[in-house]
Amino acid sequence: MLIQVLFYLFAAILVAAALGVITARNPVFSALALVVCFVTSAAIWLLVEAEFLAVVLVLVYVGAVMVLFLFVVMMLDIDLAELRRGFTRFAWLGWLTALAVIFEIVGVVWARGGLGIDASHGGTPNPANYSNTLELGRALYTRYAYPLELAAMLLLVAIIAAIALTMRRRVGLKYQDVSAQVAVKSSERLRIIKMEPDKRA
Amino acid sequence: MITLAQLLTLSGVLFSLAVAGIFLNRKNVILLLMCVELLLLAANFNFIAFSRYLADVNGQVFVFFVLTVAAAESAIGLAILVVLFRERRSINVEDLNTLKG
Repeated sequence: MLIQVLFYLFAAILVAAALGVITARNPVFSALALVVCFVTSAAIWLLVEAEFLAVVLVLVYVGAVMVLFLFVVMMLDIDLAELRRGFTRFAWLGWLTALAVIFEIVGVVWARGGLGIDASHGGTPNPANYSNTLELGRALYTRYAYPLELAAMLLLVAIIAAIALTMRRRVGLKYQDVSAQVAVKSSERLRIIKMEPDKRA
Repeated sequence: MITLAQLLTLSGVLFSLAVAGIFLNRKNVILLLMCVELLLLAANFNFIAFSRYLADVNGQVFVFFVLTVAAAESAIGLAILVVLFRERRSINVEDLNTLKG
């Protein structure tokens, strides 16, 4: 019963925060509302016993991705008035699409046997000594070992791509090139010239 | 106890709100990226719900991979956004017409 109450509470917060994300006037507020979305989702995932993923969601999304979003939003000097113009022009289409999607999904889920399974219960709770992290790790490092390596590779590619995209070389900037300094040879620094001895009278 | 139908409904509502957000904020690239994050979150809800319903950990493995790809996607998306802003001084989608045929 308590879990039901908590679920409805978190679901209400989640939907309200999602509404905040899409309607806020300021992108900073949108990003903060998205943070609330992720934290509440993590709480709901804890309720359905996906503990590891809940922690990962908070660590990776709130801790890294949303900080990146906030950083970019605050760094760019955006003309909000221009971006907001025509906000309501296609709003009716957006809400209509949203209502259609909600109607379809809810209809399929709540119709009797719509999914072909009995959706009115939620699976059995795990026993007390069950470790979600252990089970997930067991699956990830055995059956999904190669996909895991691929995911790591993908992240590496993403790092390199992000840096390569945003790195900018300014011309005329004075800076120290350490590798050039180290690689220099003495012949490039010291020039020995022959000259006639000075004849003094 | 939280039933499968409740979780699927919540994920459907979240998904449709994100779709509505794409319609509303169609000019602002940052908001579009945020809405994509919401879409992926709604999809992850479905995986988690069915993973619990079927008592199968493979669904959670998939959520793990979706999170990885989404993180990479937002990092590259924001990098492109920064480069775009540097070139155009604007992040309006309507200004992105360099590739028109």
